[in-house]
Amino acid sequence: MMTGSNLERVLQTGHFAVTAEIGPPKSCNAAFVNKKAELLRGYADAFNITDNQTAIVRMSSIAAGVLVKEQGLEPVIQMTCRDRNRIGLQSDLLGAAALGIKNVLCLTGDHQSFGNHPQAKNVFDLDSIQLIKTIKDMRDEGRFLCGEELKVKPDVFIGCVENPFADPFEFRALRLRKKVEAGAQFVQTQCVLEMKRFRPFMDLINEQGLTDRVAVLAGVMPIKSGRMARYMQKNVAGMMVPDELCERLEAATDLREEAINIVVEQIAQLREIPGVRGVHIMAVAWEEVVPEIVRRAGLYPRPTNLD
Amino acid sequence: MIVGELKALSDIKSMIKGCRKVLVVGCGGCVTVCQSGGLQEAETLARLLALDSPDMTVESLAVPRQCEWEFLEQVCPVIGGYEIVVSTACGIGVQAMNEYFRDFQTVPALNTRFLGMPVRHGLFEERCQACGDCMLHLTGGICPVARCSKNLMNGPCGGSQNGKCEISREIDCAWQLIYDRLKELNQLERLLVLQPPKDWSQSRDGGLRRMAREDVMLDDRE
Repeated sequence: MMTGSNLERVLQTGHFAVTAEIGPPKSCNAAFVNKKAELLRGYADAFNITDNQTAIVRMSSIAAGVLVKEQGLEPVIQMTCRDRNRIGLQSDLLGAAALGIKNVLCLTGDHQSFGNHPQAKNVFDLDSIQLIKTIKDMRDEGRFLCGEELKVKPDVFIGCVENPFADPFEFRALRLRKKVEAGAQFVQTQCVLEMKRFRPFMDLINEQGLTDRVAVLAGVMPIKSGRMARYMQKNVAGMMVPDELCERLEAATDLREEAINIVVEQIAQLREIPGVRGVHIMAVAWEEVVPEIVRRAGLYPRPTNLD
Repeated sequence: MIVGELKALSDIKSMIKGCRKVLVVGCGGCVTVCQSGGLQEAETLARLLALDSPDMTVESLAVPRQCEWEFLEQVCPVIGGYEIVVSTACGIGVQAMNEYFRDFQTVPALNTRFLGMPVRHGLFEERCQACGDCMLHLTGGICPVARCSKNLMNGPCGGSQNGKCEISREIDCAWQLIYDRLKELNQLERLLVLQPPKDWSQSRDGGLRRMAREDVMLDDRE
């Protein structure tokens, strides 16, 4: 059964999918969201709207998703388990679906200690796997988590994330399997900077037959400078940044050009890996380079009129 | 055990400001074991509070357990001589004192930190959140509710790296520990089971918790 999601149609029809990220502003400035949407229009099949990423308060992902949708782009709204309990999550899912949102990405959420309200009480009533199952049951069974019936079902394409660079490595593929069994239809990976680790991960999930059941969108990220690459290498848990990448950026004279070159090369390598069915471009606070990346990767124009 | 930690002396002093007769009451239970509120610590605190306060008389004593009425009776004969009580027990002891001695205010000298154990001499670590629905048989005896920063139920989040939690390199990832332990026990298949949402109504979320043991309740006439 199809959900009416453009992203789902692109994947179903065998196209190599492209998604990009739009981070909502730290204010209620709708023009900020509209400007980003304008910049990215036509360069991806769907646009991921982050949910208070790194636990910093921003415009809600559903509200920003609706703004993006009004601009004619298809949003993927992220839902984390950090800030809402099962009542809030189910309620927001109904609201999002009523507003025409067709894609939901379920995440655990960054711990609040990373953000700008480290004194906050966290929720984590459900974990991301339980959230996936909850949404699937609402959609397919027409049941709330408590078992009560739900008359108009939320018609959403369900996504999850997985981090092949986190530990324990052998468990990452099994964890993805749990997510698929819970109901995830697409998975967005942590940005792939280290192919030496990503390839064996893909081997593992191919062996398990998971790539037939879930569309893998490999994460990519343009990195602005060698300094930023080194910072990520040292300080960001769950990321692997190879030295060669840092060195290449450190040696670059035209940083923007080199950053784009690197991502375009990564996309070409990822397309060759069996089971990778698309890329998710996370150009955090650097959305302006996305059109060029998509064009140079040979992924423009995006498929339209797939009905 | 319940692990407590002494508050800053200035905080305790501000709670008893203006009082001239102060009684410090220690507890012989958990806080004695974690060396923060037993008789010895109560005596030390009394001396520190009296320092630089010539108008203030501070004395101390300890009861075997401040969380049981029968031991609080021991304080009855002496409490009349004081204006305020400083308790070095956990929050339970402080509340028991306030309920039992309604004519006196008892203030807390400790911050009650967590339910845990000394993992080595002088280092205490949380082990239990009293969620009311123990699942340690499923997780190799390592509690994800107390020890995973996000109390996840289905395995480690994407922030687990090199055995450490994303929030600090000082904290072990509980799910890495669970993974290793289940591997040791030859029970890794447990991790493949989708754990359904937890029933938090058995935890603090269900409101005040009580446990009635009718089999050991005493008849009112006794």
